[in-house]
Order: sequence, then structure tokens, then C-alpha cells
Amino acid sequence: MVEGEESVRVVHCGGSALNFRRAAFSADSRYLFCVSGDFIKVYSTATEECVHILQGHRNLVTGIHLNPNNHLQLYSCSFDGTIKLWDYLDGILIKTFIVGHKLHTLFTFAHAEDSVYVITNKEEPDVFQLVSVKLPKSSSQEVQAKEVSFVLDYINQSPKCIAFGSEGEYVAAVRDFYLSVYFFKKKTTSKFTLPSTKTKKRSKNTFTCVACHPKEDCIASGHMDGKIRLWRNFDDERKYTYTCLHWHHDMVMDLAFSVTGTSLLSGGRECVLVEWRDATEKNKEFLPRLGSTIEHISVSPAGDLFCTSHSDNKIMVIHRNLETSAVIQGLVKDRSISTGLMVDPRTKALVLNGKPGHLQFYSLQSDKQLYNLDIIQQEYINDTGLIQIELAKAAFNCSGKWLATVEQRKERESELELQMKLWNYNKKTQGFVLNTKIAMPHDDHITALCFCNAEKAENPTLVTASKDGRFKVWILTDDSDIYRKAVGWTCDFVGSYHKFQATNCCFSEDGSLLAVSFEETVTVWDSETWELRCTFCQRAGKIKHLCFGKLTCSKYLLGTTEQGILCCWNLLSCSLEWSAKFMVSVLEPDPTSEHIAAVSQSPVGADLFVFKPSEPRPLYIQKSICREEVQWGVFVPRDVPESFTSEAHQWLNRSQFYFLTKSQSLLTFSTKSPEEKLTPTSKQLLAEESLPITPFYFILGKHRQQQKEHLNETLKEERVQLPLTENIPAINELLHTPAHVLPSASFLCSLFVDSLLLSHGTHSTEGIPDDVDMEEEINSDDSDEEKDLAEETQHAAITDLGEDIIHQLSKSEERELRKLRKVDYSWIADL
Amino acid sequence: MASYKPVAIQTYPVLGEKVTQDTLYWNNYKTPVQIKEFGAVSKVDFSPQPPYNYAVTASSRIHIYGRFSQEPIKTFSRFKDTAYCATFRHDVQLLVAGSEDGRVQLLDIHERAPLRQFEGSYDHTVKIKNVFCVKHGQAVESVLLFPSGGLLVSSGGRYVKVWDMLKGGQLLVSLKNHHKTVTCLCLSSSGQRLLSGSLDRKVKVYSTASYKVVHSFDYTASILSLALAHEDETIVVGMTNGILSVKHRKSEAKKDSLPRRRRPAYRTFIKGKNYMKQRDDILINRPTKKHLEWYDKDLKNFRISKALDRVLEPNCVIKTPEVTVSIIKELNRRGVLANALAGRDEKEITRVLNFLIRNLSQPRFAPVLINAAEIIIDIYLPVIGQSPVVDKKFIVLQGLIEKEIDYQRELLETLGMMDMLFASMTRNESTCVLEHTPVDFLESKKIES
Repeated sequence: MVEGEESVRVVHCGGSALNFRRAAFSADSRYLFCVSGDFIKVYSTATEECVHILQGHRNLVTGIHLNPNNHLQLYSCSFDGTIKLWDYLDGILIKTFIVGHKLHTLFTFAHAEDSVYVITNKEEPDVFQLVSVKLPKSSSQEVQAKEVSFVLDYINQSPKCIAFGSEGEYVAAVRDFYLSVYFFKKKTTSKFTLPSTKTKKRSKNTFTCVACHPKEDCIASGHMDGKIRLWRNFDDERKYTYTCLHWHHDMVMDLAFSVTGTSLLSGGRECVLVEWRDATEKNKEFLPRLGSTIEHISVSPAGDLFCTSHSDNKIMVIHRNLETSAVIQGLVKDRSISTGLMVDPRTKALVLNGKPGHLQFYSLQSDKQLYNLDIIQQEYINDTGLIQIELAKAAFNCSGKWLATVEQRKERESELELQMKLWNYNKKTQGFVLNTKIAMPHDDHITALCFCNAEKAENPTLVTASKDGRFKVWILTDDSDIYRKAVGWTCDFVGSYHKFQATNCCFSEDGSLLAVSFEETVTVWDSETWELRCTFCQRAGKIKHLCFGKLTCSKYLLGTTEQGILCCWNLLSCSLEWSAKFMVSVLEPDPTSEHIAAVSQSPVGADLFVFKPSEPRPLYIQKSICREEVQWGVFVPRDVPESFTSEAHQWLNRSQFYFLTKSQSLLTFSTKSPEEKLTPTSKQLLAEESLPITPFYFILGKHRQQQKEHLNETLKEERVQLPLTENIPAINELLHTPAHVLPSASFLCSLFVDSLLLSHGTHSTEGIPDDVDMEEEINSDDSDEEKDLAEETQHAAITDLGEDIIHQLSKSEERELRKLRKVDYSWIADL
Repeated sequence: MASYKPVAIQTYPVLGEKVTQDTLYWNNYKTPVQIKEFGAVSKVDFSPQPPYNYAVTASSRIHIYGRFSQEPIKTFSRFKDTAYCATFRHDVQLLVAGSEDGRVQLLDIHERAPLRQFEGSYDHTVKIKNVFCVKHGQAVESVLLFPSGGLLVSSGGRYVKVWDMLKGGQLLVSLKNHHKTVTCLCLSSSGQRLLSGSLDRKVKVYSTASYKVVHSFDYTASILSLALAHEDETIVVGMTNGILSVKHRKSEAKKDSLPRRRRPAYRTFIKGKNYMKQRDDILINRPTKKHLEWYDKDLKNFRISKALDRVLEPNCVIKTPEVTVSIIKELNRRGVLANALAGRDEKEITRVLNFLIRNLSQPRFAPVLINAAEIIIDIYLPVIGQSPVVDKKFIVLQGLIEKEIDYQRELLETLGMMDMLFASMTRNESTCVLEHTPVDFLESKKIES
């Protein structure tokens, strides 16, 4: 990027929610579609790879559905008021229908060829209605679709609360305590109400989701109290019946019938997928411990796969026999991020809180979760009102060899449970191994922890600061005896300052100084002797952030206070160098340069300031980077440095600044859009299938597939034609000639490789004479080999032929010999 | 789909001695046999050949004992003065001993009278090759040559010093592990361990590789002499009060005399394992089953009361109270502790209360168990007075807690006093107050390898 003048803008960098709406399968269950922010992602169900990103909507995509009339097309709707039709195999937008209203979800049907059903809201913000939109037939790319007819009013906006019955005869909608069924033919609505106030557990009867049986007239509804009701005879408002299925102890989040309708799938907070066979209580199958709350369940049209979307931004593809076959995991956004953003020095992955009790390693380049590290190592029980152990803090040392984590659990009355764990990176197993576990390292919450990041430091050092008014220095000591070698962490020093709460700690770049802030005061300690060197106090509220300058600015110490003052102290003169008044919510130093990024919060939005500690003048200002509160930020070193020339953009050269907002969207600054960044890798995956293709696959996999195809001719049309092995004469020969008459393998090899090189041209079924000609062309180039081959075949067939004759074979004789070779000699084998 | 994660049992550092191979080896002796001698036992020497008799030198007598006999097989008492240093010749035919009057007597094992006597000064009879001289620094009590001949160990004062003879008597290492004079040295039969006995009534075992103490024995009196039998089968220690302590190694755990139940043949286990996959076969891997404890199996299926019952069985309560506490903690984390504790009859609640009485005052278990005790009191308060057995347990528990509170108060008073002392010591040094690390903090630190 030479053009430094290009404006830097804030871009989303992946990690958007995959679990916003139900995922959808393609007709052959090969692809899985899911909404992801403004995009639709197409995943391969076999390899879990993202094959396409369908981009075009300008707001959140709210619904996707296969085109019932063409199963290679996909409809989508969005808050931007458009319905778009896509070709998902090529990732092309075919058509855009402009409706104009905010669309909340979308349904399509085979019998209603040219119309789709969408949920929109009327003028009042909380009243939603189901309408059908007639899609006009037109050749133009953008079409206005204004023909809207009203179907149902006063419904829930969630697509889980709407279900279309068998053959589209009726639609069922639930809201609060009502189930309303609208019959398209009769154009009547029946309403069924559950008792809401009579029962002791009031409001537990609320409907949460609904599903319709694909064959019979049966509606399944899920409820707040975990019950599933199966409604029948609902065409009569008096004679209707329902049966209850009860296993869930908490709210039923989603329901789905299998394609044939023989089993019903349900899921909820228990993280268990329940399959009810034949709609009876007795026949249940479970798939337990799915990790987190099941938000959505969907079933593939072919009926062989299910998929569940989970609250931790994960989609699980589950086989018909309840075995997980694939997991598509996005950036986990289920819980509050208390560890902040970190960068793993080894993998350059972003590290933050993941699943409950886990630390997630997330690759920013591929927008994919690398792995989860289980920190708490306990069975996860998901229940309301349960106080979980939370992963509160984590830190890496500069080489990535050590990881420190702090977990805590505070119950109402009883004491705080606190545990610090130190993990060592094991090169052999390529993972972190627990080294030391320290129970109750402090008497109160740990507010900060940091490693000494000096390169030369032979002994890793960790500092923890706590609300109990102390900071502790932990060092790695040799714990080995004559029986084994071991290292462990022990407390080396405990420091405090007038019993104030320690709020922050930070090591200088060379590791010689440690700064610890105690409420309003910053103390600087010598890391050799642990003596207090000096104190700074600004009397402007508690210190919120603390960091040392880097490289040329290493003599400066920066701190921000709660009253909105940014101070820069000079460590040489022990005096205040400069201070500025603004409310800083994030202060993050760049590890590769002197730059420091500060995000200030104002009611309008967040502003970014980049500056060097040596001068109180910002190098770069970007106003209103986002409307929400920015919670965390981090500089991620670039793999390939950029070369911005302008002074304002120089801070982007070595590393990139990522930040996380309160609603947990991950944003960054870039001159490029994220699409440009992501596409090169995903483009490569678009080879015919997203199945792994190797030369072996071409030879053996395809060969086997064709054998199957012979049995099953019907499938053949759909399959993409690849060079067939049967068309390649050399392979044909190889496979059909008895082994004992074949020439040596070393000779065959070159022939075989040659045949592979030519294989692209041989699509058509070529006759045998063509074959011979072609082979002659090859063979005329290297006649020696041809002679050898002839010699070999001769040898096998006519043993009494003298060798001297073969060397002087004329062209015609050669041809005759070739004919001889074509003769089937397999009878020899029978002798 | 993740598999079930078993409950993490909080492990606590074992207080006191660490269990190592060496402690196991050196503790594997029977209770000592004590033999009273006439005076301080100055020397014990084992014969190097079977039946491994040993000669004990005490005052003016030399007794020869069989390995397992408590009565002497033979006694040499024709010394005019105190005898010293009775030592066997390598073929166990002759015994040599010194005496206070300056004579060295050569004794035949089978005869009573001395075979020969050497009189006069040492110079005439024993050649001392003075190759080099090492300065120990204190009066040398004992010397020992390693079988290889390269190392010399000397003891004197509180020190044991190891010298490298091949480097001309260079000091290799100086060990100061005793409080009083080290009187005797001995090598274990493997040569891997060095034993030293001292007047401080301790025998210490060192590793000859690292010269670290790997084990130590305690005796009732100051030790003067020490000997190990062949294969370390017997340790004999002679003490100043004239008592000879003989410890025999426990015989190896008896191979069960009953004919062992016939196990299934090897081919039963490999049945089907060596089947090669054919072309059209589909291999279905059976998931490997992870072994789970009984309480884990119950917890996995949410049988919480049953899981608690399992860990309240006497066997578990006595041997592994930390397991019980961990399960109570886990139930509390799951928010079902009250459910698990409720609905118990007299016998069952007595069992829970017994556990609480036994462990409530232990600092490591206290936070968890106090919470459990509160829940029990809340649940069973309405039915109190119905069972005299349970009421009695509650009263015991109350007494225990009152005692504990008094004890804690005293501790805090002491802590306050110490704080004051520390504060006055550091006041003029700097503005910061260095905290002392509380003892229980060190305890709670656990290092896992």
C-alpha cells in the first residue's frame, strides 16, 4: 500500500454472530448457509470450510431460505428492506427485490411460486405482522416488490414463533399465551389460549417456539417451563387436543421435525439435543454436553443431517444417528470479556474469554477459531442463577512460553474462591500444560497481572496486584530433587503501600522497573531489590491505566485517572512531563513502536488518539470510531509491514489496532475492506467441491465413485465431470492387463505420468484407433522405450523370438506387434 | 460433544516427610530388636560372608551375634582394658581388635584365646603409607573408603567431608547435616547411599550422586557405631547407653500362596483387534470408555444425594476426607447442596455430622464445611429435639465451634503482637511496610508437576 493518502476507516473484522438465525442446508446437504452480520456464509458440511461469503446487503441479514423452485438458489432478507436471490454455488447475486420495510424474517413455499412470506413491523415498533410479498417476474437486476398482502397480525418477530404447516395449508404463530393458526384456504384464524394466571407458576406457560409436522396435521409448541405440547385437531376451536412431552427443565429454545416427521428434535439451555421418536415420552434419544445453550435447530431437506446453533456462536452439524460430524465455530461472544484482548506471541492469534471456563485462540487472518484452552477443567452446568467460576484474568509472557490465568467465583455470603494457574507451553504436544496451581494467591480480587517482558530476563517473573492492598511477585524456581526435574512458581516478594488497593501493575520495557498503582498513587519499584524508588500522585482520582513508554520513549510512564486526566511522568527527573484532560477508556501501547493509542469516551461516541509519550500532541485523531463504548483494544503485529509514508498513518505500519465494543463486535482500522483481505484464501477453495482433492483422489477416489455410479445411474447427471480414469488408455491398460505380463514398474511409471499430463484433453470417448495413434506420437519421441516395451511384450508372448530381430523392426512390423499386444493373452494365465 | 469432566479433587500438599523411593526403602524395616550390652557400643562389624554374623565391640568384650539371634554366639572377653574396633577378615576366619592398652589382638573365630598379640607401637606392625594429607579441621572420628578407591569420606565434628583421592585429596563436598559430632560412617550395599550416625541421635542417608539427604532415622540415644548387613538386610546401630538396636528388613510381600485365578488367555484380549480392514468394510470405532469413580458416575447422571452418600462412607471419610470435601464443594457449585443434604434419616444425618465434627476445624476444609453446616442447621432446625442421637451431635459441634473461636481469638492476639514488633523494626527503614507471609498461606500453595 503505497498510497498513504487513502483514508483509514473503521471496518468490522469478522467474528460476527453465526447464530442469529436458523442455519439452512442445501438440497443435497453439502452446504450449510448461515447469516453472519451483513453477509451470508456458505460452509461445506464435510470440511467445515467457508466456501463463499455472499455480500450485498447493507444491513443485518435476518432470514435465509432456499428457493423452492430452484434448489441452487437462495433467498435472503435483511433489515435494509430488500430480498435478494443468490446463486450460492458461484456466489453471485441474481436479483434484488426492494420491499422498503425492515424485514425480520423470510419463508418460502413450493406451492406459492412467486411470493414469499416476510415479517415486518408496522408503525408501532412492537407490533409485527406476517405478510406475503409477490415477487414480480422481471429480467432487471433490481425490482420493486410492492405487492404486499397481509396474512397475520400481532405476532412475535422471531422466526421461531412462526411455522408453516404441511403443504402450506396453514400457518401457526405463537405469542405469549396464544397459539393462532391461520388457514389459507378458509382464510380463518383459530386461536388457542393457555391458562396464564390460574396456575401457581404464572407466566411459565408462555410459548417460546413452534414447529409443524411435515406430513400430518400436528403442531408442536415449546414453552417457558420446558414442556412441549403437541396440538392436534386444531381446525376446530373446541375439539382440539394436546399432549405434553416434558423433559427439559428450562425453556425450550427451538423445535424441529425431521423430514419424515417421525421424530421431533428439541433443545434448550441444558445443552442437550433431545430426539423424541414417534412423539412419545418413552422413546427419547439424547446428545448431551453440546457446550452451550441450543438456540436453533434445523434439519436438512435430505434428512441426513441436523444442525444446532449455539449461544457461543457455534454451529454443530449432527448426523442422523446423533453423532456430531462437524463444528463451525466463530468468535465466542457469549459472556463478558474480562480478560481483555491479548495476542499470543506464538501464533499471533487473538486470545480472549471463550466458552465458559475456556480461553479462545482466534485467528484474525482466517476469521476462524484456532482452539479452545480449557482453563477451569470442570463439568459445565448451565442453569439459571448459578454462579459459575469465571476466568477473570490472563497474561502471556513475551515469548509465549508461560501463560498465567486467574479464575474466581464469588458467592453471595461465602468467601471468594480464587485460583491462579500457570501454564507452560509444551513444544512436544504443542499445547499448554498446567504447571502450578495456586489456591488463594490473594485475599481479594486480583485487579491486574503482568509478566516481566524483558528479553534477557533469565527468570520469568509475574506480578499480581490485588484489592487486598498487596502486590505479589512470583518467580519460577527450580523444584527438582534427585528423583525428577521440575520447575514451579513461588512467591518472592509481597509489597504494599499504605494499605491502599493495588489497581494496576506494569513492567518497564527492559524489566528493570515495576510500576504499581495504589488507588491515586503510582509507585515505582526496582525489580532487582524490590525497593520503592519513587511515587507519583496526581490527586485526580484512582489510576485506571498504567503503561511505560517503549523504545525511545522508555523514560516516560503514562497513567490515566478516573477523573479523566492523562498524565505522563518523566522517570529521570521524577516529575510530571505533561498532562491532558480527556476521559480515556482504553490506553494501549504498541509493542513494536513508541505509539500509544488512547480511546476516549464521550456521549456521542468514541474517539481515537494516537500519540507518542515524548510530545503531548496527537499524531492521529479519528473521531467517532463507533457509537458504543469501547471496552478493550490491542495492537496486533503485522506479518508483512505496510509502508504508509504520511506521518499520521505511520502508526499502522508495524501493527494493527483492534478493539472490542460493549456489544462485542470486533473492529479495526484499515484502508482495505475486510472482504478484500479474506477472499484470496477462500477463493482457492472453490474447486468443484470443497472436498480435499489430491492426485490420489483423482485416481482412486473417482474410480471408486464411478463404480458406484454404475450401480446408481441417476446420480450421474448432477456430478461434475472430471477426467475419467476409464478414458485414459494407459491406466486402462494398467488396470486390465494381468500383472505377470506387465513390464517392470519403473518403466510403467513414466508412461503413467505421461498419461496423467494428457488427461485434461481426453473428455470425449475416444476410440481405440485414436488411442493407438496417440501412443505412437508419444512413442516416436523416445523410440528406445517403445522398443523396450515391445521387447517385454514379446518376451512374454512369443518366447522363441530372438533378440537381434527386435532391434531391427520396421515400422510395419512394429504395428503388427502392437496388434499382437492388443490380443488378449489372459488365456496364458489359465495354463 | 465433550465428554464428562470428572470432579477435580483438590489435592493438598502432604505435610511432613515427602514419600519417595528412598523413604519407602529405608522405612521398610521391622521394629528394632534391642540388645543390652555392658557398655557403650563402639563398633559393629558385619562379616562379609554368609551367614552374615556381626561382631559387636562394647567395653572390654566382643560379642559375635548371628543375624537373627538375640544371644551372642561367641564372646571374647579376655581383654584387660576396653576393646576397640573388632573387625572381620574378608574370609571370616580371623577377627582383629584393638584395646586401650595399646595392643592389637588377632583372634580366631573358633577359639577363645587370642591367636597372636601385637604389642608396642604402631610403627612396628602397621605400615602407614602417608601419600597425602587432608585437613578435616576437626577431630576425625571415622573414615571410609569407597569401594572404587577414588573417594574418601571422613567425619569429624559436625561435618562429613568427601575427598577426591585421585586429585590428590581435593575436597569434593562438605556436608553439615548433623547437630552434633558425626561418629560413624557406612555405605549401603549398592554403594549409592552413604549413611552417617551422630551423637545427635540421628542416622542420615545421603545420595552419593548429589550428596543430598534422602532419609533420616531417629534413635533414642547418641549413636556411636553403625553397620549394614549384606543387601541392606539389617541395620545395626550401637549407642552410648549400651543398647544395640537391630532392625531387620521386612520380608518381601508374600506372593499369595493361593493358586492364582486363571486369567483369560492372551488371545481373548486381542480377539478381533488384529482383524485387517477389508475393502468394503466400514470401520466403526467404539469410543474408549474413560474410567470414572462411583461418585463421578452418580454426578454425571445428576444423582446428587447418592453421590454424597458414596463419599460419606466410612472408608472414604477416614482415608480421603479431601474427596468428600471436594464433592460437597462441587454440589455447592452446582447449587444443589441443600437438595443433597435434605431428607436424611437419623442414621444418615449422624454420618454427615460426624464428618463435620471431624473436619470442620481444619483450615483447609473450613470454608466449604462451614457453608455445609449452615445449610444442615437451616434444614434440620424444625425437627431438632426428635432424636437424642442427632441432638448430641449438634451439641458436640457447637462445643467444637466455640473452642475454635477461642483459639482463633488467641491466634489473632499473637498476630497483633507480632505485627507490632515488625512495625517497630521496619519503621525507620522505609515508608513501605513489608508484610510477613502468614503460615497458612504457605500451606495452601500447591505445586503440581
